[in-house]
Amino acid sequence: MAWEFLTVYWREMIRFVRFRTQLFSSLLQPALWMGFFGIAMSSNLDRFTSSIPVPAGVVQVDYLTFMAAGVIAMTTLFTSLYGGMSLLFDKNWGLMREMLASPMPRTHIMLGVSLSGMTKSFIQAGIIMVFGLVLGVRFFHGFSVARIAFSVIGVFAFLGLFSLGFLLFSSNISMRLESPEGLQGIMTLLSLPLFFVSNALYPIQAFPPFLQVLSAYNPLTHLVTGIRYFALGNDFFAVGARYTITTGDVLTSFAYLAVFAAVMYLLARRAFERAVVA
Amino acid sequence: METTDIIEVVDLEHTFGEVEAVRGISFAVKKGEIFSFLGPNGAGKSTTINILITLLPLQKGRVRVAGHDVAREPRKVREVIGIVFQEEVLDRDLTVWETMEFHGRIYGIPRDERRRRIEDLLAVVELDARRNERTKNLSGGMKRRLQIARGLLTRPEVLFLDEPTLGLDPQTRMRIWDYIRQVNESGTTIFMTTHYMEEADMLSDRISIMDHGRIVISGTPDELKNTLGEDVVYLETGDDSGAREFLLGMEEVRSITGSPRGLSVAISADGSHALPRIIDRLREAGIEIVSVNLKKPTMDDVFVHYTGRELRDGGG
Repeated sequence: MAWEFLTVYWREMIRFVRFRTQLFSSLLQPALWMGFFGIAMSSNLDRFTSSIPVPAGVVQVDYLTFMAAGVIAMTTLFTSLYGGMSLLFDKNWGLMREMLASPMPRTHIMLGVSLSGMTKSFIQAGIIMVFGLVLGVRFFHGFSVARIAFSVIGVFAFLGLFSLGFLLFSSNISMRLESPEGLQGIMTLLSLPLFFVSNALYPIQAFPPFLQVLSAYNPLTHLVTGIRYFALGNDFFAVGARYTITTGDVLTSFAYLAVFAAVMYLLARRAFERAVVA
Repeated sequence: METTDIIEVVDLEHTFGEVEAVRGISFAVKKGEIFSFLGPNGAGKSTTINILITLLPLQKGRVRVAGHDVAREPRKVREVIGIVFQEEVLDRDLTVWETMEFHGRIYGIPRDERRRRIEDLLAVVELDARRNERTKNLSGGMKRRLQIARGLLTRPEVLFLDEPTLGLDPQTRMRIWDYIRQVNESGTTIFMTTHYMEEADMLSDRISIMDHGRIVISGTPDELKNTLGEDVVYLETGDDSGAREFLLGMEEVRSITGSPRGLSVAISADGSHALPRIIDRLREAGIEIVSVNLKKPTMDDVFVHYTGRELRDGGG
């Protein structure tokens, strides 16, 4: 077993910590979403939806709590989509040549970069959860300590797979591009549809059929489903809709993300093996 | 003792779309020598080097480095070569130590060995006091020294140096020449490119000059300079026309051109041997010699002679 990818990971994390503006903006941005958008939206939506009767025996979830899962997912999506950026810096600064001319297998470059992107997503998700709890997000409400621990592991397992898939995608695209601006353009174009055609901020039950089908294939929808299952439970009522998530649903979503990550891995590996950076 | 070839290039060709960057070149570098690979920008040098260091795939021909075929065993080649790139290839936010550490780790050097070598090399390039400095705060010369130290960390059999002293001040350049000689004396073969001809002349055991995708001439620096056969003696005498008559009778003298300031005598043999005889001959004839100057062709002359005077565009 070769461990060189840990070296790439180590260097990426040094960069993350030393590049102060990136560090602060990446930690601050999700908090701003929660603090401003979350509170503004929930104060409005909760007023409308409070008149909708909640079925007997089903837990009512307020909008801030509902949305927190979406913000975690969205932050992970954005961070992962831009995760390949450091490869473009490596290319522009000639550092990629150092790595490509070394005996280290090329897959280790993308694995190291992906692992560091995953770590950053985990840190962000942790911050949102803690900050959310301060704001009044009722994650893990009424759970036992053991169940909370299990749920946190579940949430991170979903986050890990999801971010891995998109990080490998981003790395793949970055290896084919010349400039960071190119990546920025492509990822901005992708991030908004992925974000809006999902269940991150609102229920998809009221979508037109066409968008419902699209959102069912959207990895972000599966991530949000997983986070809500572990953080809110398998039967709750939010934004005027009842959510029942069976174990089968969660396993399906997890499997979907696993397949997504595997496909992205294979495509990225091909891109790395063929890459010529001279 | 027969010296072995550590780099063998046979009939190498490489094209980028329509552009034939390398048009069938063959050359060999002997183990333990300093080999300079020269040529104007766009001559095909960088393409050739990128194939040698496995950054470009081999299209046509055969290339072996330290006994390994670059197409079939690129990883083996990567394990035994060191590279100092032309451009500044340093992570700005890593410290000097971390830069070395990163390199050592991606080459899989075990920890204790790695630390020992980094200590040694930083001392050699006089950067040990800067080990915790981020590379963006180093001067140009320090950065280059760090890159050389990094290239040596893996104890390569062949060290590729692309323009090792580009843009450095004379003091730093001389220091880097010392390092290059030291490294070479410890047994590492050096494959170097440079646009500084006196650098190639001074350091190299052998030189190849490439132009338009082909190697136009190879040899030792002296051999290359002698191919021009144009040592020139500049003479000022008391009687230029008399001197001209006497000298034209000498077999070493190829031609003489006159100017108001004296005579330029083109010598067909080695000028340093011809000069004493010229002086003797003029003295015997009773012609007063006011001044004498011998000019041997420089590597610049050789370079321009074989690659022409027109300017080249594009990267090499």
